[in-house]
Amino acid sequence: MTKHMVTIDGNEAAASVAHRMNEICAIYPITPSSNMGEWADDWSAIGKKNIWGTVPLVVEMQSEGGAAGAVHGALQAGALSTTFTASQGLLLMLPNMFKIAGELTSTVFHVSARTVAAHALSIFGDHSDVMACRQTGWALLASGSVQEAHDLACIAQVATLEARVPFLHFFDGFRTSHQIEKIEQLSDDDLRYMVDDELVLAHRARALNPERPFIRGTAQNPDVFFQARETVNPFYAKVPAITQKAMDKFAKRTGRQYHLFDYVGAPDAERVVILMASGGETAEATVRYLAEKGEKVGAIRVRLYRPFPAEHFLAALPKTVKSIAVLDRTKEPGANGEPLYLDVTNVLFENGRPDIKVIGGRYGLSSKEFTPAMVKAVLDELKKPEPKNHFTVGIVEDVTHSSLDYDPAFSVEHPETVRCVFFGLGADGTVGANKNSIKIIGEETENNAQGYFVYDSKKSGSMTISHLRFGPKPIQAPYLITANTANFVACHQFTFLERYNITKYAQPGAVFLLNSIYGPEEVWDYLPQEVQRDIIEKKLRFYVINAYDVAEKTGMGGRINTIMQTCFFAISGILPRNEAIAQIKKAIQKTYGKRGEAVVQKNYAAVDQTLANLHEVKAPEKVTSKLTRRPPVPANAPDFVKNVLGQMIGANGDSIPVSALPVDGTFPSGTTKWEKRNIALEIPVWEPDLCIQCGKCVFVCPHAVIRHKVYDKKFLEQAPATFKHMESKFKEFPGMAYTVQVAPEDCTGCTLCVEACPVKDKTNPARKAINMAPQPPRRESEAVNWEFFLGLPEVDRTAISLTTIKNSQLLEPLFEFSGACAGCGETPYVKLLSQLFGDRALVANATGCSSIYGGNLPTTPWTVNKEGRGPAWSNSLFEDNAEFGLGFRLTLDKQMEFARELLPQFAAEVGEQLVDELLHADQTTDLGIKQQRERVEALKQKLTQSKQPQAKNLAAVADALVKKSVWIVGGDGWAYDIGYGGLDHVLASGRDVNLLVLDTEVYSNTGGQSSKSTPRGAVARFAAQGKGLSKKDLGLMAISYGYVYVARVAMGYSDQHSLKVFLEAESYPGPSLIIAYSHCIAHGIDMAKGLEQQKLAVQSGLWPLYRYDPRLASEGKNPLQLDSKEPSVPVEQYMYNETRFRMLAQSNEERAEQLLKLAREDAHARWNFYAQMAAMQYGKNA
Amino acid sequence: MIDLTTTYLGLRLKNPIVASASPLSEKVETAQKLEDAGVSAIVMYSLFEEQIIHESLELDHFLFTGTEVSPEITSFYPQTGRYTLKPDAYLETVAKLKKAVNIPVIGNLNGVSSGGWTKYARKIEEAGADALELNLYYLPVSPDLTSAALEENYVTLVKEICKSLRIPVAVKLSPYVTALPNLARRLVEAGAKGLVLFNRFYQPDIDIENLETLHSLELSTSGELRLPLRWVSILYGKVKADLALTGGVHSAEDVVKAMMAGAKVTLLASELLKHGPGRAASLLEELQAWMEAHEYASIQQMQGSMSQAKGPEPAAYERANYMKVLQSFKTFP
Repeated sequence: MTKHMVTIDGNEAAASVAHRMNEICAIYPITPSSNMGEWADDWSAIGKKNIWGTVPLVVEMQSEGGAAGAVHGALQAGALSTTFTASQGLLLMLPNMFKIAGELTSTVFHVSARTVAAHALSIFGDHSDVMACRQTGWALLASGSVQEAHDLACIAQVATLEARVPFLHFFDGFRTSHQIEKIEQLSDDDLRYMVDDELVLAHRARALNPERPFIRGTAQNPDVFFQARETVNPFYAKVPAITQKAMDKFAKRTGRQYHLFDYVGAPDAERVVILMASGGETAEATVRYLAEKGEKVGAIRVRLYRPFPAEHFLAALPKTVKSIAVLDRTKEPGANGEPLYLDVTNVLFENGRPDIKVIGGRYGLSSKEFTPAMVKAVLDELKKPEPKNHFTVGIVEDVTHSSLDYDPAFSVEHPETVRCVFFGLGADGTVGANKNSIKIIGEETENNAQGYFVYDSKKSGSMTISHLRFGPKPIQAPYLITANTANFVACHQFTFLERYNITKYAQPGAVFLLNSIYGPEEVWDYLPQEVQRDIIEKKLRFYVINAYDVAEKTGMGGRINTIMQTCFFAISGILPRNEAIAQIKKAIQKTYGKRGEAVVQKNYAAVDQTLANLHEVKAPEKVTSKLTRRPPVPANAPDFVKNVLGQMIGANGDSIPVSALPVDGTFPSGTTKWEKRNIALEIPVWEPDLCIQCGKCVFVCPHAVIRHKVYDKKFLEQAPATFKHMESKFKEFPGMAYTVQVAPEDCTGCTLCVEACPVKDKTNPARKAINMAPQPPRRESEAVNWEFFLGLPEVDRTAISLTTIKNSQLLEPLFEFSGACAGCGETPYVKLLSQLFGDRALVANATGCSSIYGGNLPTTPWTVNKEGRGPAWSNSLFEDNAEFGLGFRLTLDKQMEFARELLPQFAAEVGEQLVDELLHADQTTDLGIKQQRERVEALKQKLTQSKQPQAKNLAAVADALVKKSVWIVGGDGWAYDIGYGGLDHVLASGRDVNLLVLDTEVYSNTGGQSSKSTPRGAVARFAAQGKGLSKKDLGLMAISYGYVYVARVAMGYSDQHSLKVFLEAESYPGPSLIIAYSHCIAHGIDMAKGLEQQKLAVQSGLWPLYRYDPRLASEGKNPLQLDSKEPSVPVEQYMYNETRFRMLAQSNEERAEQLLKLAREDAHARWNFYAQMAAMQYGKNA
Repeated sequence: MIDLTTTYLGLRLKNPIVASASPLSEKVETAQKLEDAGVSAIVMYSLFEEQIIHESLELDHFLFTGTEVSPEITSFYPQTGRYTLKPDAYLETVAKLKKAVNIPVIGNLNGVSSGGWTKYARKIEEAGADALELNLYYLPVSPDLTSAALEENYVTLVKEICKSLRIPVAVKLSPYVTALPNLARRLVEAGAKGLVLFNRFYQPDIDIENLETLHSLELSTSGELRLPLRWVSILYGKVKADLALTGGVHSAEDVVKAMMAGAKVTLLASELLKHGPGRAASLLEELQAWMEAHEYASIQQMQGSMSQAKGPEPAAYERANYMKVLQSFKTFP
C-alpha cells in the first residue's frame, strides 16, 4: 500500500479523522481549536463525505455549552457526533460531559489543550483545561505530535464505540494544533477498516426513538442514585484493554504501534520521567540520546490517562527503576502535587513499590518552552540524594525556589537536521511562505519536515517568527529553535535588527539573509554593532536582497513572501536551484491558481526577478558601526516598565523571574506610551492654512495618535521650531492658540483621519487639511513636538459643552496606542468612551478583540489623566461580561447606599453642611461631579481625625458617592451569542449600566467566525456557504423591555449622532445598550474606506440609526427616534464593496443572488418596521 | 412579405436589430426575452481586461489581508474556496446563453494591452460564441504616446486575436481617431470581419460642491445617431468588412437610416434598457410598417443606399457640409 504523505498541522490532522468518522459536528470558535471546526465546516460546504458516504452536518452553536448540549442530543438521538474545543470552552462543556459519560455514550471530543484563565487569560497550551475534566468519567487520551493527533483521533473513535465510555482526545494547543508536520494520512479505507459497523449500529440502537420508547435522564433519590452510579464500573474496567486492542488493530494496518504507556530509553533505566502529550516527544528524544551515551534513563509517555490503567503502567516501568520524576503541564495550587504525579504515586503506593523515589514537577504552562535541556535537568535532579520535589522547570522561580537550573546549550538534535528561523512582519506573508516551503520540502522531498510559528500580541505591525526544521531523520523537537543552532536565519524586516537580537539564533557558519533597502556595498554601515559582531565572529554567510523593490516591480505590492521564499531555496541548497524554482512555481499555481491567472503570473514574475537581486555581502573583518540596538523602552520609563514590560517588548520575557511579577495579575495602567513601535511608513501631516478645527480627524483616529488642543499663546514661547499652530476658532476660546498634533511613533498609518477630513484645498482638491507623508524624515522632529504638545495644559472639561465633536475631542483620550489593527473600526468608540467618562469609568470587557488590544501584555492602552484618574478595566470571561459589569454596579450602588447610611452619623464631626451637600449633590454635570469629588476629599480628610469605629468604613466606601460610570464592552460574539443570556438579564435588571457592543458582525478575534450578528449573504468562517438567515435584531429585543435606552450608531455616517448617543446613554439612569457598527479587517475591505462603508451600510438601510429613550415616553413622546434617512442606495452598493459578500457571488452566484434579494427585502422591511414604530402616537392622545 | 434579413460577420440574421452589449445579456431569462421579442442576435455584455486581471488581484489581496497576523487568526475566509471569477462566470454565461437561445450569441471582450487576458478570446470561442466583438477602449492620456503607436498597438492586438480564433471578429471603435478610414482598413487587413461604430465613452462629471468627480451612466439619445451615421456612410464600400451601427438607435426610422448609411445591423442597448427587451418587438413592427408604407421589399434593398459612395450628395459627409450647416443657423436680433 502506498503511503500518502501530507504536511499539515495538528488541528487539520485531528479534524480530518473526526469529520470522516462522524455525522454531526456541533462547533463553536475558541483558540486554538477553532480551526478544527473551520475545517469541518469547509469540508462539508464542499460536499466532502464521511466514510459512510454522507456529508456530515456541521452546526455552529452559541457557546461551547450549547455545542456540548447539541452533541449530547445528537448522540441520544443516535448520531455519531463530535465537537472541538479548548480551555474555557471545555469547562463550559463539563455539565454535559458528566451526563454523556453517565449515560455511557460513545463519542470523542477533540481538544487542543489550552490554559484556563486564572490571574490572566492565555490562549496558549497546557493541560489545565483537560485536567479539569478528570472527574467527568471520560477517557482521556493524549497525542504528542501531529501524526499522533491524526492516529489517536481514529483510535479514540474506535475505542469509544466498543467501550461506550466517551473519549476526550487531546493534544497540546499551538505546539501540536498549529505545528505543521509531514505525516502519513489515513485513507477512508483505513478508517473503514478500523470501525466495526456493528458497534455503530449498536450505538444507533441505544438511541431515543418513539417507535420503541424509553426514558433516559431520570431524577433519582438517595435510595438508588449511588448504586446506579456504580453500575458503570465494569465498563471502565474494560476501557484500557479495548483501547489497546484498537491500538493493536491500528498497528496491524498502518505499522504505527501505540501503547497505553509507551516506554522509551535504556531497558535497565534507573531514572525515568513520566509525562504526556508533546512534552513526551521531547523527553523521548532526550532519553534516547542520553541512553545511547550510556545513561540509565528512560521516559514513559502516557497515552491513556483516564481510566488510569495501573497494571499497564507497572508493566511499562523497567524493573530497574529507582527514581521517577512525574511532569505535569498544569498547576493545581494547594494540592499535594499535580494530577499525573498523584496518580503515579498512588499506583506505586497501592502496588507496594515504596522503594521507588517519586518527585513531581510542573513545566510548560501556557506554552512555555520545554526543551531537552529541561528534561536533562529533571533526570539529573533524580541523581541527587534529596531531589527537589514539586519543582518547576523552564522558569526562574526565585520566590519559593522550586525551579531547576538547566543548561540551555544542551541539544539532542540530529546533526543532519537543518534548522531555519525567519523573522517577518505580520502582514508581509512570511508565515504563509514558510508554510508553503515546509509543504514543498515535506511533500516533494524525502525529508521529514516541521514548521512552527510564533506571533507577537499586536494586531498591527506585529512580528512573526517562523521555526522550520527538516532533514532525513524523524524530527522529535516540539520546541523552538534555540540560540546558536540555526543553519539559516532570515530577517525580512530591516528595522527588527534595531530592536531584537536576531543573529543570536545563527550557529557558526550559518547563512544570514536580510531584506534590505541598502545594497550589498552599503548595507554593512547600516547594521547595528551587535549584528556586525555576530556576522564576523560566527563567520556568517551574509546575503541581502531588496525584496520591497522586487515586489514593487513585479506587482506584489508589500508582499515579499514569494521573493524571500525563493531566496531561501536559492541559498539554502535544500533542492537543486532549478528544481526548487520549479517547485515554488508549482506551489504558486496550487495556492493561487483558484484566484486567477494574474495572481499566478505576478508571483512567477517575483520568483524570476529574485535571483538577479540576491547578493552575497563580503563582511569586513572589524565591527565598524556606530549604531547599537535600541533599548525596548525609553530610559525615562518607570522601573517596572523598564525591567519587566521592557524585557517582554525586547522578546526576553522568558527570562523574567517569578519575583518580578505581580502576584494577582494586577498591572499598572497606561503602558502603551512606552512602547514606541514606529510601524507607520507614512503619518498624517497637519496643514493649518486649511484646517477648520472640526476635530473629525481626532474623533476617528483608532489609536488616539491625533489630538487637538486650544491653549494660551504664551506656551508657544517654549515651542520647538517645527511645532505648528494657528489661531483658535473655538467660540469658547477666543484669542488662544490651536494645534493638531500627531504622535509619529505611535501612528499606524491607517489614513482614516485623512478620509474623515472634510476640507479640501480649493486650488488643489487632492490636498486636505491633513495629508499623509513619509514618517522617517519627520520622526525625530514630530516626536519632540508631540512631547511638547502633551505638556500643554488639558482643557477644563467643566468649562465647555461636550455636545459638539470639536469640543468633545478636546478631552484627553484615556485609551491610547492600542495594538488594534490599523484603521480599526471599534477603537474610536472605545476612545470616545474614555474621553467622555474615562476618569470615572469602570470597564468590564468581554474576551475578544477589545480585551486583547485592551489588555494583552506587554503594554496596555487604558491610561490615566494628570490627576491620576482613568478607566478601571478588567476582563473576566467571554460569556459572563454583562454579569461581571453588573457586579461592578451592584457594588457601587451598595457602597453608595452604605456611605449614605453612615454619613448622617458623622454630621457633627465633618459638618452638617458637607453631609447635606454630599447627600444631595447634583451630579448631572461635570461641574457637579467635580464639586462632589472635592467634597469627598474633604470628607476623607476629616474622617482621618474621627474616632468613630465606622469612620474607616465610610472612608473606604466614600468614593462611591462620586458618580461612576459602568461600561460593559464587548463584541457581537459576546452580545449576540455566548453572553446574550447574561446581557438580557442585565438589561432586564434596570440597573444603571452602559453596554457597548462593538459590532463587527463576526468573531473577529478568533478569525472571523459567523455570529448571529453576521448579515445575510456574508461568507464567514463557520458560514462557508454564506449566511442564509438575517442578522439578529439585538436592539429591537432590548427595546421590548421599554425601560432600556437603546441606540444604534455608525460614526462613519454621523459622528455627531454617535457622540449624542454616548452622552444620552450614560445620562440615562438605567440600562443602556449602544450597538456600534464597527468596520473590520474581517470584512475584506480597504480599512481606509471603513467610514465610507459605514455610511453606505446606513444609507442602504441595512444599518438604520435610531435612539430609543424611555425618558421620552414619560414625557408623552414616542421614545423611538429614527435618526437616519430612508434607504437611498441599493444594498449591493454597500455589500459588494466587501470581500465577505463578494466572495459568495464569486463562489456561488445563484445563492448570492438569492440572498442579495432577501437582504434587499430585509433592509426595506426593517426600515418600514422602525418607521412605523417611530410614527406611533404616545401620550394622552395615543 | 417584407424581407428583413441581413448578414453580419458571415452570420445570417433574421433582421438588423441586434441587442448590443448591456446587462440584458447577463441573464438567460432576459436573453430569452430578447429572442422572443425578435432580436436577431445578442452581443454579450463586456468582459473587461480589468476584470480579468484586477478582480483576481483584488480577491488575492483581500484573502491575504489580515491572515497570519495573530496566533488566533490563520485566515478570515474558508480556504477550500472555489471561486468563479468574473471571467469564468462570463464563459459560463456564454455557454448557458448558447443553450438557451437559437439566435447567434456574440462574445464581447474589452481591453487594450496585450497580455494574458487575450487568452479569453479563445475561451469565449470555446464556450460557444458565434462571433467576438472586440472593444478597443483606450483613453490616451500621455503626451508621449503618438497616435501612430497607439494605432499600431490596436492592429497588432487585432491580428493576434484574429489569428487565434476560428469565429469572426468585429472591432468596436472609438470615434476619436485622426484618420479613421485608414485605421479601419488596417484593422480589416489584420483580420477583422466587422467594424462597430462607435464605442460610447462614459464621461465623468464634476461635483462642484464636494470637489469630486462623478461617474454615472447616461443612456444614449437619438441625437447621437448622427456621428456613427456619418462614419458608416463614409466607410461603406471602402473597407471589406460588415459595418454595425451603434449609439443613438431608438426608433424604426433610426434603423432605416443606419441601413441606408450602409450598416448591416444596428446594435441597440439604451432603448432596450429603458423600455425592456420587449421594445425590440415593437421596433420590428414599426420597421415593417415603415417599409410597407414606403414600399421597400427588403432590408438589403436599402443598405448603403444613402452612403457616401452611393448617395445623392457625397459632399454632405465631408468638410464642405460644415460651412453649409453653420450657415443654416440664422441669428435674430
